[in-house]
Amino acid sequence: MKKEEVPQDDANMLEGKFRVVKYALNEKGEYEKVPSVGWEPENTALEQAWDVINERVETARQAVLAGSLSPLAYHMEKNMMDAGLLGKHMGLPARKVKRHLEPAGFAELDAATLERYAEALLTTVAELKDVPR
Amino acid sequence: MSSSIIIPFEHQQSAHCETGVLSNLMRFHGLRVSEPMAFGIGSGLFYSHMPFIKLNGIPVTSYRILPGHIFKRFSRNMGAEMRRVKFRDPREAMDELDRTLDQGLPAGMLTSVFYLPYLPKAFRFHFNGHNIVVFGREGDEYLVSDPVMDAPTRIHRTALMRARFAKGMPDIKGRMYYPVRVPGDADTAGAAIKGLRRTARDMVNTPIRMFGAKGIPYLAGKLRNYERKLGEKDARQALGNLIRMQEEIGTGGAGFRFMFAAFLQETATLTGRSELGEHALTMTRIGDAWRDFAFEAGRVCKGRAAADITYGTLADKLVAIGKEETALFKELARTRKA
Repeated sequence: MKKEEVPQDDANMLEGKFRVVKYALNEKGEYEKVPSVGWEPENTALEQAWDVINERVETARQAVLAGSLSPLAYHMEKNMMDAGLLGKHMGLPARKVKRHLEPAGFAELDAATLERYAEALLTTVAELKDVPR
Repeated sequence: MSSSIIIPFEHQQSAHCETGVLSNLMRFHGLRVSEPMAFGIGSGLFYSHMPFIKLNGIPVTSYRILPGHIFKRFSRNMGAEMRRVKFRDPREAMDELDRTLDQGLPAGMLTSVFYLPYLPKAFRFHFNGHNIVVFGREGDEYLVSDPVMDAPTRIHRTALMRARFAKGMPDIKGRMYYPVRVPGDADTAGAAIKGLRRTARDMVNTPIRMFGAKGIPYLAGKLRNYERKLGEKDARQALGNLIRMQEEIGTGGAGFRFMFAAFLQETATLTGRSELGEHALTMTRIGDAWRDFAFEAGRVCKGRAAADITYGTLADKLVAIGKEETALFKELARTRKA
């Protein structure tokens, strides 16, 4: 790849925070670091990955609204976690977390456990008990 | 512990976190080694496609050796020594970081990108292998040299603690490291040849079909059947994942192939072995072929491919790349010892 071929396809993935560097050949035929704001195939692949995540989050949100899952399920998906990973953060076995993903299991949680879930999921207890409408 | 300390640490932006941290830390300790040289001396380049190992539910395709191993091989080849520690208790990990900073030593450490608020949101997945350097502290904030960024940044103590203790694949347990011995008279040229020979051997001699240059046609075989086996939607997703592993922040383009070409070029100059300069050009052409693959794959992902581009033709491109890499690394394996 030559320096002038380094793509600059901006899809705001980097939020204007910085540019990444790629290695490319300069006019003297030597490699150097060349800043790039992005490349279309990369942007496509990233968008696709986020579509999958957002779809999972939305499915969980709908299930919570329908009363088949507890709000914990929504916040777990929002943090891109599964019961196993969330359990690791909580020091709980996955099967216990799964129990808390059910509305009945969630209703039994004490204040301290809710507090820990909120911390693990980067939210507050008040928010943890609900989903965006 | 005083509340504020700033170590004069020169931050240089890099393509990849592990090699960037290595290059920046070594420079602090008086050893000037560019990112591509750190990559090559540490025998960083590799290829593997492991359908049975999944990260966030996605089969792993990797263009480099295992995380952390570049440090290891680099240190061995250069005669440097790192102190590596991990912790059970996050507070203990932060105390040890503070003590290290108070001694005037910048510290490298592993973090999860998911918990680094200063990174753009689109890149924040659960990836627990991101290397950064902390080189100072001001009140509740730490000064961070994140090699993929153009300038140093800051992070709150609570956020850093969280990022250092992310769970998952793997549990990183506050892993921290810093050089304790950096030779002033290191034989960089000799180490580069050693690193190069190792990479070439890894690429052509690893006796398992998913590893090394023959892993590329192995993936091609799988890719050819993606659409039939997975259905259109999942096939596109699998393709998207390939693109991400090859091109997303951290590889410098073409799955480290351009960085490796830069290493070959620098080694040619350093050792006066002009044939390595020729090999750098071949590696560049192969890198361009990887980019071409990603470009066409991206169009298939978006459903915008020209009619003549199918999973089959994408697989053909990989087969061709596999052939070229095999030939190049066989040639490189014959590189004379230093």
